[in-house]
Amino acid sequence: MHELSVTENILAIAIAHAEQNGADQVSAIYLVIGEFSNLLPKCIQYYWNILVQGTICEKSVLHFDHRPAIFHCENCNHEYEIHQEMTGCPNCHSSNVSLVSGNEFWVDSIEIIKNQE
Amino acid sequence: MTTVRVPVVENILNANDFVANENRKIFSDHKIFCINIMAAPGAGKTALIVKTIALLKKEMRIGVIEGDTASVTIDSDKVTLAGAPAVQVTTMGECHMDAMMVRKGMEQLPLDSLDLVIIENIGNLICPAEWDLGSHANALIASVAEGDDKPYKYPNIYRNLNVLLVTKTDLIPYVEYDIDRFRTGVELLNPGLITFPTSAKTGEGFEPWLTWLKSKVADAKA
Repeated sequence: MHELSVTENILAIAIAHAEQNGADQVSAIYLVIGEFSNLLPKCIQYYWNILVQGTICEKSVLHFDHRPAIFHCENCNHEYEIHQEMTGCPNCHSSNVSLVSGNEFWVDSIEIIKNQE
Repeated sequence: MTTVRVPVVENILNANDFVANENRKIFSDHKIFCINIMAAPGAGKTALIVKTIALLKKEMRIGVIEGDTASVTIDSDKVTLAGAPAVQVTTMGECHMDAMMVRKGMEQLPLDSLDLVIIENIGNLICPAEWDLGSHANALIASVAEGDDKPYKYPNIYRNLNVLLVTKTDLIPYVEYDIDRFRTGVELLNPGLITFPTSAKTGEGFEPWLTWLKSKVADAKA
C-alpha cells in the first residue's frame, strides 16, 4: 500500500550511489524484499516506470530477490517456512520461535554504466 | 564504456530512520516520553487517547500529534476538548505517517512544557508498521470486535510493538473472539509482549495501562 513512498526512497538511494560512483547511467537495481515486508514487486515496478523518467535510472531494470518467511524454533532448533497461516513449530509444537528471514527490505546493489574510464 | 556492479546494502527507509532517530533524541532531550499508537480504523484509538488524557491530565502535561489522511479535524477536536494540545498532521492521502510528518507536528507543540507526547497514527495495520517515527514505544490497539485472527493476517505490525492494548473488552460477550487463538498468534511474533485488556467505555483495565505509562514518563524524566 505504501509502495509509492518506498519506490521514491529506492530511487533516491540509487541516484545517490550512482552519482558517488561517477555513473553515466544506471542499468539495474538489485532489491532484497522479504515476505513480511508487505511490498508488491508489481506495484513498485509500476511506480518505478513513472518516477525514473528523466533521471539517471531511466533505462534501469529492477531485480527482486524475494526472501521467504522462515521461523527458527528456539526449543528444538527446527527451521520452517510459513506459506499460509503462521503456526508454532511443526516439529515440537513450541511457540517459542523467532523470525530469521522474511523481514528484508534493502537495496543490495546497483549496476552502473560509465561512458569513459 | 564499462559496466560496474556497485554494492549498496542500504535499508530502503534509511532516510526515514535517520529523521526518526533525530526525533527520538529531541523528545529525550526535552525529557518527554513519546508513544506511537497504531490500530485499524475504528479500533478505538481516539477513545483510548481521550480517556487516557482525562485520567492523567492532572498528573502530567500531554500533547498529541494526530495523523489523518485528510484534513478533517474530528479526532483533534475530541482530543483538544479532552484538555490536551493537539496538532494535526495531514498525510494527503498517504496510508501512513513518516518521521518527517511527525517532525512537523513536533514543531507546533510546546515541547518545553510537555511530559508525554502521543502520536495517533493512521488507521491501518499494514503500512505504519514499516515507518519508525522516532517514538520511544510503539503501541497497537486491537479491538475484540476485529476478531482473533489479526496477528495471523497482519504479522508485521505485531513484531515491532512494545505494548498491546486489547480494547472494547465490554463487547466480548457479543462477538466471536477466541482470546487463546489471539494470544498464540501474538506470542509467535512477539514473545512476552506487555498486554493490557481495556474498555474505554467502562474504564475496565485502565489502571494497569496508566501505571505502565506513568512509569515510562517517570523514566524519561530521570
